[in-house]
Amino acid sequence: MPKVNLSHFEAALLFAFFTAVVFGVVTKRGDREQIRYGLYVFGCFMLALFGLGWLMYFGHG
Amino acid sequence: MAKEKRPKQPMPPLKVWLPAVVTGWLIPGGGHFLLKHRVRAGLLFFAIVGMFLFGLMMRGAMFQGQSGDLLTIIINWGGFFSDMAAGLPYFIATWLGYSQSDVAGHVHDYGTKFLVGAGLLNVLAMVDAYEIAAGRKN
Repeated sequence: MPKVNLSHFEAALLFAFFTAVVFGVVTKRGDREQIRYGLYVFGCFMLALFGLGWLMYFGHG
Repeated sequence: MAKEKRPKQPMPPLKVWLPAVVTGWLIPGGGHFLLKHRVRAGLLFFAIVGMFLFGLMMRGAMFQGQSGDLLTIIINWGGFFSDMAAGLPYFIATWLGYSQSDVAGHVHDYGTKFLVGAGLLNVLAMVDAYEIAAGRKN
């Protein structure tokens, strides 16, 4: 099994992507709704990722 | 105004939903495939197995049940069951001898979370397969 070395951002991006796909599929019924909800979940992950990132940056002083 | 109580739905017979749920556990997305939701099955398989494989490639640690204080028990047994919820990918990895000790480093740490996350996402997929099989979702 090859070893991958990802940055924090890349790993979080990948986690958000896979999670958004599953959330979209299991939560909504129609194709359009699933895509829309998947994108919404992915957007929320990104918002939290950047928001918490900046919060920690400023919190560090 | 008081909220109206929804009548409790009767439990569907075991043979209606058990094959879909067990298949969904062993093969992520397999329950949906059995219920003829092929595209959803493919997406679930891709996302859950993909996350699990990335967890392995990042050399994440597999949890083992441990005794000790309450928090240790909850974290380790919870992690163990979540890892196992990924189904066959978990069993194949352990049977082939995958055993990564818990080491420091963000990549390993993310890998451990990916392995647990894949199992938990599979639980969501199993619940969805149950609801479809039971006729609660179309």
